[in-house]
Amino acid sequence: MNFETIIGLEVHVELKTESKMFSPSPAHFGAEPNTNTNEIDLGYPGVLPVVNKTAVDWAMKAALALNCEITRHTKFDRKNYFYPDNPKAYQISQFDQPIGENGWIEIEVNGEKKRIGITRLHMEEDAGKLTHTDKGYSLVDYNRQGTPLIEIVSEPDIRTADEAYAYLEKIKAIIQYTGVSDVRMEEGSLRCDANISLRPFGQEQFGTKTELKNLNSFNYVRRGIEHEQIRQEQVLLSGGIIPQETRRYDEATGKTVLMRVKEGSDDYRYFPEPDLVDIVIDDAWIERVRAEIPELPDARKARYVAELGLSPYDAMVLTLAKPISDFFEATTAAGADAKLVSNWLMGEVSAYLNAEQKELSETALTPEGLAGMIKLIADGTISSKIAKKVFRELIEKGGDANDIVKAKGLVQISDEGVLREYVTNTLDANPQSIEDFKNGKDRAVGFLIGLIMKATKGQANPPLLNKILLEEINKR
Amino acid sequence: MAKMTKEEVIEVAHLARLAITDEEAVHFAEQLEAITNAMELLNELDTDNVVPTTHVLPLVNVLREDKAEAGLPRETVLKNVKEHEAGQVKVPTILE
Repeated sequence: MNFETIIGLEVHVELKTESKMFSPSPAHFGAEPNTNTNEIDLGYPGVLPVVNKTAVDWAMKAALALNCEITRHTKFDRKNYFYPDNPKAYQISQFDQPIGENGWIEIEVNGEKKRIGITRLHMEEDAGKLTHTDKGYSLVDYNRQGTPLIEIVSEPDIRTADEAYAYLEKIKAIIQYTGVSDVRMEEGSLRCDANISLRPFGQEQFGTKTELKNLNSFNYVRRGIEHEQIRQEQVLLSGGIIPQETRRYDEATGKTVLMRVKEGSDDYRYFPEPDLVDIVIDDAWIERVRAEIPELPDARKARYVAELGLSPYDAMVLTLAKPISDFFEATTAAGADAKLVSNWLMGEVSAYLNAEQKELSETALTPEGLAGMIKLIADGTISSKIAKKVFRELIEKGGDANDIVKAKGLVQISDEGVLREYVTNTLDANPQSIEDFKNGKDRAVGFLIGLIMKATKGQANPPLLNKILLEEINKR
Repeated sequence: MAKMTKEEVIEVAHLARLAITDEEAVHFAEQLEAITNAMELLNELDTDNVVPTTHVLPLVNVLREDKAEAGLPRETVLKNVKEHEAGQVKVPTILE
């Protein structure tokens, strides 16, 4: 029997507001443990939470960017549960009137475009962070308690692990463009759970789903789904049934392991949050927030293809992360050719960032610096080979490409007379290579060019040198 | 008339982490049944055109500006904590 995999993703995104969702304590990552909480976060009796206006604006902004309809009358609800990461024993969330509903985004996998629905986007608060020790106890840091979160729930429209990956990349890009979150999975400001079920091809009714947690990178999401798909198929083919349960992805083994049998939403005993009044949203509010949404990745991508002549693939890669895309725009604005900038960003720059495990903003490279260097290549002042040296200097120490080229004496030698002299001297000193060349050994040319490049410290203009060498060697 | 069973009471008590005896469960089942039955009288009313009431106050959109204020000093936060280590609260490990 052949099965179809049905995947729905729940993505949690932390908003990078100054203060918490319902309290004025600071909402920043990386502070000393338990220094960013107050009575409200800790759930002391008699405290009164008050909604952070910016958090509502930003949740709405994200919802609009994901093509959601905004709920005009929205409210908060109390979700009850006991777990040591939450000192209040309840989380303030949204149950039946989430701020956004019925959205969608478009993904592309292997050249095929597909629309993935977004069921809902709701606001809630984050819980504290638990660290399990191997000594039989755990440690809790409540700094994260109360940090504004949005949860984005997709429709069960995703069919493969690759589609899930593409969906996450797109959600991450869109949210990053709106500027409401850092969307850094390694810092926990973007988290993902996956719901997976199998059904025989052609069957309309969904099979029972399992929820997959502890997916700490997009790659783990992909691998977790792939593993769970195979596991469920084996259970079903051997006549077993899939119980509705929550499973944990184990990074070490690449397998999924049972965490708990899933509780129903009744068990959370949701009820309207008594400490917070409802929120009524009018057109003016929606339009004010909508006006703050910048150009989103798909629009940028289309513009790069239509106006700058980039390939759809290059445009997609460049627009995936806003810092790179913004850098690209600033570099072309500084006068460099768009295609060359694109090549450098996707080639040398990206290779450097990967090798050094750095963000672009952590390097010394500026759009002006890169543009200056690209202009020097375009006008023949430096060769692409020399440019790599200049680039290294620019990304590590910054500065102006022109100054670096002058200070290091890297200007390309394009003077025919000078090059001809190098060629003549080299030929005089290497009669054996001339002989080899006459005997049809083309490698001799490469050898001679290598010698001249060494003598000129790599500054000889390569095409010109090649031309002169062939002229001279044929005269001999 | 809805029937409230002893098992349902025990289940709800567990969700709320309340320790109750079997006798109490029987006793509360009777009381809760009387309450839910009284509430069911409301079903006789036609509420089709009535907006659900979540609050009795005539208030909406109570919001505050996003300004951060320093959190409580850690000593204060940890004052009522039974055990702590390296500034964090020590709790039994519960793997979900």
